[in-house]
Amino acid sequence: MREISDLNFSEDVKYTKDHEWAQLNGDIVTIGLSDYAQDQLGEIVFVELPEVGDTFSKGDEFGSVESVKAVSEVYIPISGEIIEINGALEDAPELVNEDCYEGGWIIRVKPSDLSQLDDLMDKAAYLEMLKG
Amino acid sequence: MRYLPHTQEDIDQMLAKTGHASLDDLFETIPDALKTKGPLNIPEALSEWDLDAYMEALASANIACKNYKCFIGAGSYDHFIPSIVPYLISRSEFATAYTPYQPEVSQGTLQGIYEFQTMITELLGMDIATASHYDCGTALAECALIALRKNKNANKIAVSSLVHPSHRQIIKTYITPSGYEMVEIPRTSAGLTDTAALEAMDGIAGVAIQSPNFLGNIEDLGAVKAIAEAKNILFITSFTESLAYGLLKNPGSCGADLVAGEGQSLGIAKTFGGPGLGLLAGTKKLMRTLPGRLIGRTKDANGDDGYVLTLATREQHIKRGKASSNICSNNGLNAMIAAMYLATVGKIGIREIAQQNHDNAVYLKEVLGKAGFESVFDAPFFNEFVVKAPEGFSQKRADLIRSHCIFAGIDLEPYYPELKDHYLFCATEKVSKNDMDQLAKEVQ
Amino acid sequence: MNKQPGTKGLIFNEPQLWEKSREGRCAVSIPKTQVKRTLLDPSLTGDAPELPQLYELDVVRHYTRLSQWNFGVDSGMYPLGSCTMKYNPKTNEVQAARQGFASAHPLAGEEFSQGALKLMYDLEQALGEITGFPAVTLQPAAGAHGELAGILMFHAYHEKKGKQRSKIIIPDTAHGTNPASASLCGYASVSVKSGEKGILEPEAVAAIMDEDTAGIMITNPNTLGLFEENIKEICEIVHAKGGLVYGDGANMNAIMGIVKPGDLGIDVLHLNLHKTFSTPHGGGGPGCGTVSVVKELIPFLPVPRIEKNRTGKQLDTYKFVTDCPDTIGRMHTFYGHFGVMVRAWAYILSMGPKGLKDASTLAVLNANYIKESLKGTLNLPYDRPCMHECVFNDKFQQEHHITTMDMAKRLLDYGFHPPTVYFPLVVDAAFMVEPTETESKENIDQFIDAVKAIAAEARENPELLKKAPLLTKVTRLDEVAAARKPCLRG
Repeated sequence: MREISDLNFSEDVKYTKDHEWAQLNGDIVTIGLSDYAQDQLGEIVFVELPEVGDTFSKGDEFGSVESVKAVSEVYIPISGEIIEINGALEDAPELVNEDCYEGGWIIRVKPSDLSQLDDLMDKAAYLEMLKG
Repeated sequence: MRYLPHTQEDIDQMLAKTGHASLDDLFETIPDALKTKGPLNIPEALSEWDLDAYMEALASANIACKNYKCFIGAGSYDHFIPSIVPYLISRSEFATAYTPYQPEVSQGTLQGIYEFQTMITELLGMDIATASHYDCGTALAECALIALRKNKNANKIAVSSLVHPSHRQIIKTYITPSGYEMVEIPRTSAGLTDTAALEAMDGIAGVAIQSPNFLGNIEDLGAVKAIAEAKNILFITSFTESLAYGLLKNPGSCGADLVAGEGQSLGIAKTFGGPGLGLLAGTKKLMRTLPGRLIGRTKDANGDDGYVLTLATREQHIKRGKASSNICSNNGLNAMIAAMYLATVGKIGIREIAQQNHDNAVYLKEVLGKAGFESVFDAPFFNEFVVKAPEGFSQKRADLIRSHCIFAGIDLEPYYPELKDHYLFCATEKVSKNDMDQLAKEVQ
Repeated sequence: MNKQPGTKGLIFNEPQLWEKSREGRCAVSIPKTQVKRTLLDPSLTGDAPELPQLYELDVVRHYTRLSQWNFGVDSGMYPLGSCTMKYNPKTNEVQAARQGFASAHPLAGEEFSQGALKLMYDLEQALGEITGFPAVTLQPAAGAHGELAGILMFHAYHEKKGKQRSKIIIPDTAHGTNPASASLCGYASVSVKSGEKGILEPEAVAAIMDEDTAGIMITNPNTLGLFEENIKEICEIVHAKGGLVYGDGANMNAIMGIVKPGDLGIDVLHLNLHKTFSTPHGGGGPGCGTVSVVKELIPFLPVPRIEKNRTGKQLDTYKFVTDCPDTIGRMHTFYGHFGVMVRAWAYILSMGPKGLKDASTLAVLNANYIKESLKGTLNLPYDRPCMHECVFNDKFQQEHHITTMDMAKRLLDYGFHPPTVYFPLVVDAAFMVEPTETESKENIDQFIDAVKAIAAEARENPELLKKAPLLTKVTRLDEVAAARKPCLRG
């Protein structure tokens, strides 16, 4: 596993304490895993996705990410409805390892309360949390 | 004792290293009050020769010590076991190894079980088979749980009343604490599952049908599939006699989503009912919900082919409380036996042996008919069938065992009280025409 | 590496069965039949399954070659922690193969199965005595199955009391089957951390035990190889709030004839006959997970039970009893793994009371000897007297970027099966060694030398360890690819 200083942290997203990232595009929020999370998990072999149309409340478990030896639940940072899931992950779960902020996105959500994004951390705060 | 190598010299040297004055001191961390006082009250050790004599006497108190004629099945079947099977499975590299956690030195077990998985998918017409379970009953209970967990809107599982009575009991044991319910589908007078009754049921998460059923009759799996599809529920089938699928249309081709089976017929001795071999197969869609071990093919760092345990994240040692099951071991050695048996009989052998099972059962039913045993059901059967015995048979049946070593049918009344004087007979490839003629003569 | 067991040697490639298949071959002797052929209606029959078509020698060579790729207890030392890979006596196989046992049909009837029934009854009695409980069931087919039976009994007990509970306490050192079994019975697992000494502290249990907790699951000795010294107090804490104590007896090999779990306050205990009682592991089963219970829980035991007929006659006879209204029901189609029971009974009769106590004593001696001999070489997180197994990790080797996995793989080249790795989870990168009592001092000294040599290689030649194993038929396998694109059939 790499040192924190070797990992990438996108400027354009906000982070959760569970190591997900969220990015607002228009009125849709895209969600994925941070570089720290994918590095900790190791090579990812499977991503369990919810179905389009499912709704969740902030903090709910919406899926899981598996490596050979471990499973990690993933929690939704904001309440809303799933409007898109990243189908590419079915054949290429490694996208989460290789391109976690772009090609490795996991779900897209129509948020029910945009203000919940304010509770998330920016890059500096997330780095603080990781180092602390 | 010949299994314990330690000489006094060994013990002295080792205690010097560990820093203990005596062997008793090794247990210093155990509070004295908790230690057992005095020796265990179990029999004194027997020499190997006395053990032989003792066990021979015990085994002789089982009638199976004699060569008996077996016309009973009901979940345990008397088949020929080719001599190479027990010979090969006695190789200690198979028997004394553990679960293949270090795949580099377990390729024998891994390839063997991978081949087993493959041959079972062929036998059953399904996409995936696991590395095996304890028996058909527990495999079937696991299938019921898959259906119940998948369908969040229903908490009942419909199970045919013609599924083996013990299997229905096991399902009930497994599903009760979670608050799930098992609803039994009644049977028709034709000795088959009442599909109309199934159609009328709602709030069910899945349906489980055994074919051939406990009464030996072949069920109309296609009809049940249609109902399952219409209700959008999982279609589970089960069986107790694996050789049936050497002949019959397999459950996969009938649209089964999950199949649970008993593999004891595949080269495994009856051994008073266990260990047998639980089989579980499913569709590709259900792959990640399947319990139990799965062996997969992959490559090593040099690009050579090899096999490993895979999809382990479903299992208890990773998912722990969220695992699909708590199962840790499979019945590994018995799965290897089944693989060896299937490799030995092959496509030609299994077809011919299955056909002979059926031929013998048809003949047995005919000669019993002539001896006064009424046919009860018209449904087609594989190697088991039900007949109604003439008056006085139950006494005669006990005499047949004592004086002729013949087991003639199983009394069905304990399982289905309305089937008084009805007996379940079985004929495998092991019984000869002479045996059957003799039976018919003795029961007249 | 001259004196180490592992060496080079010619073994054989062997393709998958269907690659050797040729149309028309068959390895079985088709029985001769004199009855006429009756074909079923074509709508009921399918095509013959596409099984391989081989001749007899091909089948024999196939499995002979496959066996040569396997490492078993008979091949070499197999110190797999928590698994008790002791010697599997061959006389046990002779007993299990007796026609009277192997050919016995389970529905032959009590009158004709007295040998089997007596064996099972006597085995129950002996296991009850060894574990310190009044009643035993032999029905569960494996340890995990026994756990399920035990927790089902918890559930039935609380149901009968009129108030079902929702939680079970499980230590952080527990085997994964423990929370999985609890979950199957609808209980949520509440984790309790072990203390600094590596064992449970009563205060920690008291803090979370309440009247909504069905009980606790404890392994003793625990998975760190340490005796749970506070167990009696912990049982009292749980009982005081109306809970039950489940004992995971996987580590019974450390305490036979020394401690009886029933004397500690445990209410239900499972055993693994394929661990402590020498029945073969078979590449992953079949096993047998017997369950011993206290008097209060007898009504809930699975059916059928085995009882003696009290006829007053000279010869005892035995029967099955199913009329048990509070039973949890059936766990297995018939009576459990009878073939495994025969082997375990043969072992118990061969060892006798002194033999079993010696086995446990020497198992503990062997483990402590290894602990003392290797504690400078590998990091020992809990430097305390251990029971039948000891746990190290790779802390000392981390500076060379060598992991527990690397050292385990290199041990294969030396001719040893590696210990259990990465379990228990409370120790990072655990390396759990359980020699068992059937390994001699010389074998153990060879093992110790091998580990020391590997630790030296870690310093001087770490690249070698990264490539290990080198002498095995295949080297490290791509488990990631196997999980991403599962190929589960040929």
